[in-house]
Amino acid sequence: MFWNRTRSLGVSLLAAGLLAGCAGEDGGVQSQKLSTITGRGKLICGVEGKLPGFSFVGPDGKYLGLDVDVCKAVAAAVLGDPEKVEYRDLNSSERFAALASGEVDLLSRNTTMTLSRDAAGGNGLSFGPTTFYDGQGVLVPVASGIKDLKGLAGKPICVESGTTTELNLADRMREQNIPYTPLKFQTSDQTFAAYLGDRCVAVTSDRSQLAGKRTSFPNPDAHILLPVVMSKEPLTPATINGDPAWADAVRWIVYGLMQAEESGITQANVDAKLAEAKANTNQADLRRFLGVEGDFGKQLGLPPDFVVKAVKAAGNYGEIFDRNVGPASALKLDRGLNRQWKDGGLIYSPPFR
Amino acid sequence: MAPVPPADPSPSPLPAPKPPWWRDRRVVPWLVQAVVGLLVLLLIAFLLGNLVRNLTAAGLLLSWRWLQQPAGFDISESVLPFNAQLPYWRALAAGLVNTIRAVLVGLVGATLLGTLVGMASFSHNGLLRRLARVYVEVVRNIPLLLQLVFWYFVVFLTLPNGVAAIQLPGVVLAKSGLYIAGLGEGLRWMGPSLVNGVWQAPVRLSVEFGSLLTGLIVYSGAFIAEVVRGGIAAVPKGQWEAASSLGLNWFATLRRIVLPQSLRVIVPGLNTQYISLAKNSSLAVAVGYSDLYSVAETTLNQTGRAVEVILVLLAAYLTLDLLISALMNGLNRLVQIRER
Repeated sequence: MFWNRTRSLGVSLLAAGLLAGCAGEDGGVQSQKLSTITGRGKLICGVEGKLPGFSFVGPDGKYLGLDVDVCKAVAAAVLGDPEKVEYRDLNSSERFAALASGEVDLLSRNTTMTLSRDAAGGNGLSFGPTTFYDGQGVLVPVASGIKDLKGLAGKPICVESGTTTELNLADRMREQNIPYTPLKFQTSDQTFAAYLGDRCVAVTSDRSQLAGKRTSFPNPDAHILLPVVMSKEPLTPATINGDPAWADAVRWIVYGLMQAEESGITQANVDAKLAEAKANTNQADLRRFLGVEGDFGKQLGLPPDFVVKAVKAAGNYGEIFDRNVGPASALKLDRGLNRQWKDGGLIYSPPFR
Repeated sequence: MAPVPPADPSPSPLPAPKPPWWRDRRVVPWLVQAVVGLLVLLLIAFLLGNLVRNLTAAGLLLSWRWLQQPAGFDISESVLPFNAQLPYWRALAAGLVNTIRAVLVGLVGATLLGTLVGMASFSHNGLLRRLARVYVEVVRNIPLLLQLVFWYFVVFLTLPNGVAAIQLPGVVLAKSGLYIAGLGEGLRWMGPSLVNGVWQAPVRLSVEFGSLLTGLIVYSGAFIAEVVRGGIAAVPKGQWEAASSLGLNWFATLRRIVLPQSLRVIVPGLNTQYISLAKNSSLAVAVGYSDLYSVAETTLNQTGRAVEVILVLLAAYLTLDLLISALMNGLNRLVQIRER
């Protein structure tokens, strides 16, 4: 009784304090995270850091990749400069704690959206729009002659610990009653080092990750992806649950990249499109989308032209895909599920209304 | 003539006036302790309050129900039987048993190696003496994590695999582990055999376990060697001379005269090394051995119960270390000189 009362008193006091602390200056959006980021002058983005195509350090010492471009787009939209990002390399076991503790503002680290990671009673994350629809695959040496999961019976399989991959592997092998030995490592570097050291006959991870890592193998052609897809892996940027306004901002910046592709706005023509929108009062959709009229930016706590800034920094979704993992990259992945909805894919931005 | 001022009164026969309370030696220590104690309590209260407040705000107040849920992941090698349908607490228990297995074997191995090297540094053989020095200086000045990674990736993972494995009667050493003949199914004697490209044998030690064990033994062995060397050096020279005048050789002197006396210097130092070894075993995750820390990390990731999992880890390692410490303190009492 006593405890209940003091606790609820404490909670209400705390809530009062939080509300007092959050009351926005311009009366609009209340987000502690947004004001922290603008006050700090840079976005702290959690990335994998060693995964070609998604987030890795290029030859000039700069971060590159699809996940990195999402960070850049968000930084450009919020702060007006895509370079105002501090990247933190996180392994799969650290990532959620880093986000929960406020160490990073945004987790853009090939992270699968799942129920337990989203739920307040689980990891308590808030997921944005999926930026890459992936599936779990298995990579084996061509010389092993393994063709399917049955061929892995009784053999050791390398997997990164603390991933959905680890659980899916256990589920699929159990379903098909295939005995196996999971060898778990803390980082993807160790996992792939053990695989290349021939300790395991196979390594399992997201198919895009396997394709990316394979490009850095000494002999990429000696390894082959098995034609099995073991799970759905929607790779999705995430923020912490406690700040819905910040989560909304990230969500609509990413949707902005997808809508830009649908509307035919590219990094190259965004300025021309903006001039066109300004000149032509009849193009209401375009004017609202690019922030010439309406107050979408203000509603999110962002500058009115946040979409323009994001697209100018990173390009639209299609450009980001092609540059990092598509035809223009070493990974050469097919758009597949990641095509626009009009082309039969799953990339679909809700209307900017 | 000015009046002469009266002379100072002679020292009063009364006792000195009571000093003020802030200079009273009976009050001040109590006061200081009370203030420090209060500050510590306040700090703890603040930290706990902070934890509870933030966890409440995040809707994550401590809960232990997740322990009963099925773990959903597999463990590569486990002394306790385990599969993915068993609950999280069984997974943590399996990890704990794996940790204890590594620590126990590591303690025995490191003690043997350390004692031998410690003895060797008093050898009459100069080569042996210098080898012991080189071993100690090289090993104890390189971080353990680096050594573990070295043993695993450079030494063990370069072993031959499959049919090319090193085969001796009843024993096979392959890239995947050490396979030893033993009593297999139906209590039949079985040697290692190659089934479908994978070695099978009744007794199997994985290379992950092997790397961890080698790393721990070699690393802790160097520190224990120093402790043993210090213990032997603490025995007076006269004991050596007396022993040799009785005609005992070097080894017998060491075994019967010097080592028993040096134990009372060695045991307290050993205690520290044993505790370090137990704690260092948590680096197993770097070489893919499923110890308590590795299992707890996966658990933490799947459940999101960071505070609870860390509490379990803290309690487990604390208990393990306090147990080792208690045993060593008991041993210490046994080897001390008893006054008669």
